[in-house]
Amino acid sequence: MQPLLEVTNLETHYVSFGGARVIKAVDHVSFTLNEGETLGIVGESGCGKTTTCLSIVGLLPPAARIVGGRIEFAGKDLAQLSQSEMRRVRGAQIAMILQDPMVSLNPLFSIYTQVAEPAYYHRSIRGRSLRQRVRQLLDAVRIPSPAQRMREYPHQMSGGMRQRIVGAIALAGGPRLIVADEPTTNLDVTIQAQYLDLLKELQQETGVAVIFVTHNLGIVARMCDKLAVMYAGKIVEAGAVRDLFNSPQHPYTKGLLGSMPKLGSKEKLFAIPGQPPDLASLPSGCAFHPRCTEAMPRCSIEEPGEIRVQSAKGLDVAAAVGS
Amino acid sequence: MKSGSNPQRVSMSPPLLEVEGLTKHFPVTIALFPRRQIGWVKAVDGIDFAVDPGETLGVIGESGCGKTTTSKLILLQEGPTSGAIRFDGEDIAGLAGPELMRYRREVQVVFQDPYSSLSPRMRVGEIIAEPLQIHTDLSRAAQQERVAEVLDLVGLRPEVAALFPHEFSGGQRQRIAIARALVTNTRLIVLDEPVSALDVSIRAQIMNQLEELQARLGVSYIFIGHDLATVAHISHRIAVMYLGQIVEMADSLELCEKPLHPYTQALFTAALPAHPDDKREKLTISGEVPSALSPPSGCRFHPRCPKAMSRCAVDAPERKEVAPGHSVACHLY
Repeated sequence: MQPLLEVTNLETHYVSFGGARVIKAVDHVSFTLNEGETLGIVGESGCGKTTTCLSIVGLLPPAARIVGGRIEFAGKDLAQLSQSEMRRVRGAQIAMILQDPMVSLNPLFSIYTQVAEPAYYHRSIRGRSLRQRVRQLLDAVRIPSPAQRMREYPHQMSGGMRQRIVGAIALAGGPRLIVADEPTTNLDVTIQAQYLDLLKELQQETGVAVIFVTHNLGIVARMCDKLAVMYAGKIVEAGAVRDLFNSPQHPYTKGLLGSMPKLGSKEKLFAIPGQPPDLASLPSGCAFHPRCTEAMPRCSIEEPGEIRVQSAKGLDVAAAVGS
Repeated sequence: MKSGSNPQRVSMSPPLLEVEGLTKHFPVTIALFPRRQIGWVKAVDGIDFAVDPGETLGVIGESGCGKTTTSKLILLQEGPTSGAIRFDGEDIAGLAGPELMRYRREVQVVFQDPYSSLSPRMRVGEIIAEPLQIHTDLSRAAQQERVAEVLDLVGLRPEVAALFPHEFSGGQRQRIAIARALVTNTRLIVLDEPVSALDVSIRAQIMNQLEELQARLGVSYIFIGHDLATVAHISHRIAVMYLGQIVEMADSLELCEKPLHPYTQALFTAALPAHPDDKREKLTISGEVPSALSPPSGCRFHPRCPKAMSRCAVDAPERKEVAPGHSVACHLY
């Protein structure tokens, strides 16, 4: 089966000072995503997870360029599309949910206008059926009394409700892929749990594929089928979520899992020493080696290649381990 | 799996900090008419707890539950509407002059965001030495020595005293904030979500550091947070807050094993799993936290509670002890 999204060797660089300074925010990143699947991208701030997403939806800031690789989505290479061609894909086939619903909703437009927009432009729905579609969408994301709520404005909603409205906007164009960049970071725990449940249900109903960017491995454990762990612009380990949780191979993945506090346990946490590197001056060899507890002399010289590890369940886990 | 399993603390020594019937109501007025009052926000409404020397009390709750107001009351940034806070057996409302200064010296705070809580114009050494200038008459050299000492305690080199905060990462800044809180031989530190702004791998570093410092210096913590796993990991006892009230309080491990209040149970089902195979129960809680301006009658949790009975809407439950050291405010028990 042809995957829905296939990213191969994607390289996105930030160029400043007229090319004198190049930051490799995304460095040879590859992954695939099938219809209806959920991929989690996990990493610390500055590891390139957001830039990877922005590359896919074509919303990179002016200083960033895709300098290599392919983003194949439903048979088209998104990296080659012009802005106007991309505009036909974005909202219709790929939607994005951003972190902060206070910022991603326009305070000057009613909920109706904002939810209706993708359906109006991409699905050419008009008039009464557009109203009905908006009502259905708001109903789907559990907004109480949608007929009344759609006349209101973002400031009249709570944080959880706003984020659900952003979800309704994402679904309005009938996308095949939703890119969600830390959508629950600003929500309370019980609201977060409700939102994650809702996303999962909507996904089962519509069969949309989701890329979930987060720094929270708990969200990955609950939501995702596949997981890619990013560090300093590279995917250091990827595979099925269960395999990565059961037998993590890369020392960074092991460290991340070990640093998660577990309920009902007072065991001392494993802390990865040091701090994430500056992408402008990366360590030589494996970028993780200064913080790695299993580093060997060759780690500081050679960049580890990608190897496929056979997991216990007979699935492929791709990991780049310096061994 | 369990290393520090002490089912409940039976402490004979008097508590370091004791809070009794603490209440803070903020008046609500109409814009432009400051004297026309239309109601009260009951941010904190009659809470009791105690913190022992060398103990960590975790305070957990969602936004608007009053945890930050509680910390402000303890730090004397707000005066309580009623109730008392006793430190070392003495009511802090009556403190003045040198007594008040002693209290301010021994109770310190670490905030959530180390990017905004450290002045960008001051050097690290000046930031950490400022409490010393206010509270002690140490000479400049002695101050510098003390600064080097606390920097070493939090795992930073003494040379960093000459640098500015922007030269540090989030985790290091949080260490600086902790050093500043420790410098005056502090006995109680209020930690207001000290790790939520940090990266995952750095969080564990700071949590371990806090635990180490407590073991070494015997300082008490009030650890405020919204992430159950984090709060449960670092705390000895946990107070669960909902709309200005403590609904349940228990030893941390006991609370994880046997949460009694329906709200605490909901928090546990809402907590994220540590492993994809962790079984999860269906989320029982719906809706959002109601506004503190018009809290529900009776038990404040009853509109969202899956186990609500008819009397819950009328009668507010008192918090009572159901097992040694485990108290809950619910009509079910």
